[in-house]
Amino acid sequence: MITLQHYLIVSAALFSLGMLGILTRRNAVNVLMGVELVLNSANLNLVAFSRFGSGNLQGQLFAVFVIVIAAAEVAVALAIVLTLYRLRRTSNLDAADILRG
Amino acid sequence: MNAEAAVFYAFGAITVLSAAVVVLARSLIYSAFALLFTFFGVAGLYVLLGADFLAATQLLIYVGGILVLLLFGVMLTHKLYDLDLRSEVTQFLAGIIVASGLFVIVIFVAVRTQWATGPGRPPSVTTAEVGRLFMGQYLLPFEAASILLLVALMGAAMIVRRRRDA
Repeated sequence: MITLQHYLIVSAALFSLGMLGILTRRNAVNVLMGVELVLNSANLNLVAFSRFGSGNLQGQLFAVFVIVIAAAEVAVALAIVLTLYRLRRTSNLDAADILRG
Repeated sequence: MNAEAAVFYAFGAITVLSAAVVVLARSLIYSAFALLFTFFGVAGLYVLLGADFLAATQLLIYVGGILVLLLFGVMLTHKLYDLDLRSEVTQFLAGIIVASGLFVIVIFVAVRTQWATGPGRPPSVTTAEVGRLFMGQYLLPFEAASILLLVALMGAAMIVRRRRDA
């Protein structure tokens, strides 16, 4: 019998791995992949609660909005990464110190 | 072990293992292709949860859109002929400690909390119901999301555009 907890554990693993990627990677595109993992884990939680909760669809609707935000986020973030690459010839996040006073 | 459990463990293993490859792979290209399997695994879990519309959306937008965008990001910020597609790793020990600490805390909360589970929703076709909710009760957030998407994509196009005077 697969319960809510099973999905929450998978989602927790996904979240922690995404967090690890965000914390340890220095390449901007790789950090974005970590962010995607974290967003996916949040979505998995929302859908699992929608399935095992009071039985309405609101969790799934919220997950659709999260996917929309993720698409917008990736588009803007990649635009910034490309601009950074054009300025510094690298996509290493440690090189992104242009705004530092 | 019944069929549902078998499918759950299969998709859960695909999801978590390929997510580990995404985070730990040396090469960016390996990470990107492992991310493909993570998205597929999550889509499978959505199907298992009775969210068929969301599973299709996940495949269309994540695999068809976001993953392709990320691959473009890899290609455009690295010289492919140099094969210099390695991604630096820093503070690995501290990252492991923080991430595993978070994992333990979240697992503890997930297992120990008495979740208010209700009757649940038996798996059924959701697309018509989702569409009705989007066009009815959730019309305002739906329109706001469309405006957000438009503004974000226009902003992205503005940011990457080469300026004449630069």
